[in-house]
Amino acid sequence: MSHKIVVKKKLSEDVFTAEIEAPLIAQARKPGQFVIISINSDYSERIPLTIADANPRKGTISLIWQRVGKTTAELADLQQGDEIANISGPLGRPTHIESFGTVVCVGGGIGNAPLLPIAKALKKAGNKIISIIGARTKNLLILEDEFAVISDELIVTTDDGSYGRKALVTEPLKEVCGRDPKPDQAFVIGPAIMMKFCCEVTKQFNVPTQVSLNTIMVDGTGMCGGCRVEVDGKPKFVCVDGPEFDGHKVNFDLMMKRLDAYKNQEQNAYEHYKKHQCKIGLDK
Amino acid sequence: MTDKERQELLQQLLEKQRAGQLKPADRFKIPPQDMPEQDHNARTHNVNEVALGYTETHARLEAMRCLGCKNAPCIEGCPVQIRIQDFIAAIAEGEYKKALDIIKDNSLLPAVCGRVCPQEVQCQLTCTVGRKLKDPTKAVSIGRLERFVADLDQDNESIPAVATETGMEVAVIGSGPGGIVAAADTRRAGHDVTIFEAFHKTGGVMVYGIPEFRLPKAIVQKEIDTLKKMGVKIVTNFIVGRIRTIEQLMKEDGFDAVYIGVGAGLPRFMSIEGESLIGVYSANEYLTRANLMKAYDFGKGADTPIAISKKVAVIGGGNVAMDSARTAVRLGAEKVYLVYRRTEKEMPARIEEVQHAKEEGIEFHILQSPKRIIGDENSHVTAIECLRYRLGEPDESGRRRPIPIEGSEFRIDVDSVIIAIGNVANPLIRQTTPGLEFNKWGNIVVDENCKTSMEGVYAGGDIVLGAATVILAMGQGRIAAAAINRYLAEKKRDSEKNPT
Repeated sequence: MSHKIVVKKKLSEDVFTAEIEAPLIAQARKPGQFVIISINSDYSERIPLTIADANPRKGTISLIWQRVGKTTAELADLQQGDEIANISGPLGRPTHIESFGTVVCVGGGIGNAPLLPIAKALKKAGNKIISIIGARTKNLLILEDEFAVISDELIVTTDDGSYGRKALVTEPLKEVCGRDPKPDQAFVIGPAIMMKFCCEVTKQFNVPTQVSLNTIMVDGTGMCGGCRVEVDGKPKFVCVDGPEFDGHKVNFDLMMKRLDAYKNQEQNAYEHYKKHQCKIGLDK
Repeated sequence: MTDKERQELLQQLLEKQRAGQLKPADRFKIPPQDMPEQDHNARTHNVNEVALGYTETHARLEAMRCLGCKNAPCIEGCPVQIRIQDFIAAIAEGEYKKALDIIKDNSLLPAVCGRVCPQEVQCQLTCTVGRKLKDPTKAVSIGRLERFVADLDQDNESIPAVATETGMEVAVIGSGPGGIVAAADTRRAGHDVTIFEAFHKTGGVMVYGIPEFRLPKAIVQKEIDTLKKMGVKIVTNFIVGRIRTIEQLMKEDGFDAVYIGVGAGLPRFMSIEGESLIGVYSANEYLTRANLMKAYDFGKGADTPIAISKKVAVIGGGNVAMDSARTAVRLGAEKVYLVYRRTEKEMPARIEEVQHAKEEGIEFHILQSPKRIIGDENSHVTAIECLRYRLGEPDESGRRRPIPIEGSEFRIDVDSVIIAIGNVANPLIRQTTPGLEFNKWGNIVVDENCKTSMEGVYAGGDIVLGAATVILAMGQGRIAAAAINRYLAEKKRDSEKNPT
């Protein structure tokens, strides 16, 4: 059962989105859940990607990804009408949505993608939404318009000041947490290092914080345990216990190291892929 | 024994038999036939099957060792009660097709079971020949004979007969050994059967867990192909509980009965320091990367990486531990240690796997167990710190309890650790099926017909038994299928009596 790409767009230099046929997943998925895809053969890598949006009527799900390695590059090279061999999901436990009051939603880089459906659902549940979305630079910023629609207040930052406020997201987060009354709840999704520092901020202000982790996975159903992280000193599986956890209890340092477990192999594979792609170009 | 000697012996025995002079004493004198194997130096550099299979001469000689005991104690030892002495007698007579037919009356996957069943604690444990020789490894090699006749049939394209369509629909969750058998048996009864598999490939533990060198994937694929030819539908990447719940399958999608054969699930860890370091794997992960995703071909058509390990410690003493250790050797590890806290006698692994592991240079560290795993500043594993153990009184499993010796800490330098100490039940079905009864370990509660607390829902294999084997899962798949067939026949009669 393969899945056709209905629409594919480039959101920024290295960030892409695609709407893909997956009718059952479109129907079943809830905010916070993800899928595992593998592109063509039986031996393509299986990678987890968060479901950014879904259209049950059309039977499609939307994925957003950043080109960082071989598999994400291969995915970026697919075009409208191409097919993805395997999509399995929806995986993980859905986000716990309730009316907290005021919620600060912090997204960094590609993390804005999984954050959006959660922010939408929180808004729908009656929360006041303060969104802080950031990126390294203007070209990498995604989903600003979408966040503007659902946010009561939107703060945009770039690390280099090329757009919005020149700051890391932690800076406005600190200000927001310092307000009186402070936010009742925070949701933070982005690179591990960004989540780590955001959690340090919210902890100072005692604002409960949910983070969504994106670790290395194989099966996504709890069988392999490769995605394990340390939460409150105990091993937890991101695929079945998460992907969301109490950010104040996650051992981010260890998680970051585990994310780099195959760094060399991944880099070699990506280099090889890029070279190989160039050769194909020359043949034409 | 050379091939020539073997052939001569077989001729002499056949003549004696024709003359009606073959006595039990003659049978006892036949040397147990060793399994031809790939040379152990060569095989550590490939993933091909280690045991090459009996030749016809091996098989007939081995079959002639069987005394044909009237009480057939071997059958009692077989979880699915194959008529062992009958199929072996058929092999001795050279009637291989007949032998296979006898096996297939009870077991659907002889090529698999002949390879992976722990015969020495089942049929071969109770074999009279082995008992008389006071060594279960010298019992008649029932498993090897089963494999021999099954392999002869690998080119056979015949498809089991399917009864007239009943219009009833059966969902089978999981395509492992239990699921395959349940699907085949319910399809044979004429039901419309769909298998839902969570992975992108079918076969369950037989493709992600058991390595190619022990069970070639082609054998499993053949069974799957047969199911497809019988008209069984197979849906991959379908995670029941997440994409559809069991209740939805039955109430909205029209399934009349469900078989749950989802396997064990979550790998057990040891709750010791350092288990999240880089280079620490569950056996499930290590084997899945290596087998299912072919990590040994990384960069050559396979995209899933695996640690490039030089020194590996495997923790555990079961088949999965042996599979992991032997896989590590094939992936290029220079030193592989198997660390087990009891002694070799208590190891749950098949004797053959233990032997093969030793031949392949795996160093056994018995009566030891890690206390913590040590890493460097980058969180990469550098060593394990172990404690020595001694054996105490038998525990509830009947095996002598390992007791740590205080102050006996020592280190083994390694760069990878594979933890192979079993699994706990996967909570996915439990979390998403409120009507289903589970025991305190999270396993599904069933009756003697593998029926669960939900009407029309049956379950078997690891999710019911905890840690089971391929043959036990198959046995339950068969029991459940028979119960499902009875249940659906009744349901059909009722609906015909009271049409709505």
